[in-house]
Amino acid sequence: MRAALLALMMLMMPAAAMAQGAGSTMPTDPGAGLIPPAGSGPVWPLFPDATAPRGPVTEPDGPTEQVVAGLSNSAVAITTSFDGSDILIYGAVRRETPIPDGPLDVIVTIEAPSQPLTIWQKARRFGIWVNTDRVDVGAAPSFYAVATTRPLSDILATEWDNRYRISLPLVLRAFANAPQVEDALPYTQALIRLRQQNGHYRLEEGAVTLVEDTLFRTDIRLPANLIEGDYRARIFLLREGAVIDAYGAAIEVRKVGLERWLYRLAYDHPLLYGLMSLAVAVIAGWGASAAFRKLRRA
Amino acid sequence: MQIYLPIAEVSVNAFTLMGLGGLVGVMSGLFGVGGGFLITPLLFFIGIPPAIAVATGANQVVASSVSGVLAHMKRKTVDFRMGGVLLAGGMVGSGLGVLVFNILQQLGQVELVVQLCYVVFLGLIGAMMLQESLRALLRARNPSGRRRLHQHMWVHRLPLKVKFRASGLYISVIPPLLVGLAVGVLAAIMGVGGGFIMVPAMIYLLGMPTKVVVGTSLFQITFVTAFTTLMHAVSYNTVDVMLAVLLIIGGVVGAQIGTTLGARLRAEQLRILLALLVLAVCGKLALDLFLTPDDLFVITTRGS
Repeated sequence: MRAALLALMMLMMPAAAMAQGAGSTMPTDPGAGLIPPAGSGPVWPLFPDATAPRGPVTEPDGPTEQVVAGLSNSAVAITTSFDGSDILIYGAVRRETPIPDGPLDVIVTIEAPSQPLTIWQKARRFGIWVNTDRVDVGAAPSFYAVATTRPLSDILATEWDNRYRISLPLVLRAFANAPQVEDALPYTQALIRLRQQNGHYRLEEGAVTLVEDTLFRTDIRLPANLIEGDYRARIFLLREGAVIDAYGAAIEVRKVGLERWLYRLAYDHPLLYGLMSLAVAVIAGWGASAAFRKLRRA
Repeated sequence: MQIYLPIAEVSVNAFTLMGLGGLVGVMSGLFGVGGGFLITPLLFFIGIPPAIAVATGANQVVASSVSGVLAHMKRKTVDFRMGGVLLAGGMVGSGLGVLVFNILQQLGQVELVVQLCYVVFLGLIGAMMLQESLRALLRARNPSGRRRLHQHMWVHRLPLKVKFRASGLYISVIPPLLVGLAVGVLAAIMGVGGGFIMVPAMIYLLGMPTKVVVGTSLFQITFVTAFTTLMHAVSYNTVDVMLAVLLIIGGVVGAQIGTTLGARLRAEQLRILLALLVLAVCGKLALDLFLTPDDLFVITTRGS
């Protein structure tokens, strides 16, 4: 009864409202992430079309299993003492029918807003190492984590990966401009390698715990060096390599308090900010000088 | 204690930064150099984007040189007229440097050029200072050969001569203007005060007495780095005040300790120490340029 009501609601909801709904966490709006029934509702463009709201893709057959999920926090506040944040992503699989045979798998991804970047290759010129060739990437996520129940290659078929762009190379390939060098592959490989080394790109196979093919949970650690923006969490339900349901939610990462005030001042009133930085420096320098003079006299 | 830097958008240990500032502060008081030539590369190492390291380095140098210059003014070892001439050159140089920095950033060669500048300048000056201070030390042991007040070089044949009373000099303003200009460019590109260039240039090129060199260079550095900080903040929003404050807290304390120490040690010994330090930093940076890097690829984003 409840499911039917939800489907009806979804038919009536305009696209913008749907996008809004997908942005909140599950418990407040349980209908947000569900795949609409076949042949009804808006047809969602493929992720990651930057301009359109992202969401599940219309499937020919209505899913028998659906994700119901939540996040431990839908907003992360960057305070002065911020040193990373753990996000708990949990949920359950909702079924109208008995559990089908075969293994069920879950993939959870968290993706930071994308930024343009340049990958440089160094070469030895006149004995010293110089940045020579470059590949510009229009937009690549500054953080991307994938957590799975089992090794990614065992649970996700290539065509489904292409469709939802889940694995790391696909997240990048989706965003890359036409390369300026003959072979751009080593560059994108280097990007993934370097960012995996510093923990900004992560593949954690087996990090999602799935109990009785129904309840799942995983912890994803957001690093301390976060940029501001709307982060996106995605949860995929898989059987036999195919995605049978998908759910999306936003995590809002914002600077707060002093961090926010300084950041805004630096960008909105740069002259004032510069003068303030100088005043701090001069007062500290002069203050220490005066304090030490007093100390020596005493 | 981790602390999140609002402009650099990285999280770093606050005590590491304060320790860094303290170390550099001691050097500032001891040698009359802003210490920027150490702080900028060290900030690179702990993961601060180069543009922010350079701009914030300049801000930190303001604080450490203010406390230094106040100590020197009390001892009346600042030549204000010479400082003013150096400053005029420095302002122009700083403006040019900020422009060049922006161009280098677009070309993706900031780090390379900054490192090359360090290697070349530190190498030359370290070698010169070491040679000169060793010679001075030998002369001190063998007092028979009396030293002339200063040598007459091509520098003294230029027009626009001015009396610099505190320095006991009557020379053209062109050489100090050029020295100031060069230092201003370096301040903007390398995030340094430029003391390590200016102090030797004042001693060997302008022939100023060692006694007023440190105070006068600190005077010029204070204003040129203040100007540079403003330029970077207004043009590129790359000054991180949180980062600067942490460096400054360590720096101002260190500077006072350094000044006190400096009054007790002999000038020749100090200069040998500084020369060795300059050569050590130079050697480390040169190795980074010549040795095969761990990874042949690097990533740059906006702001770095």
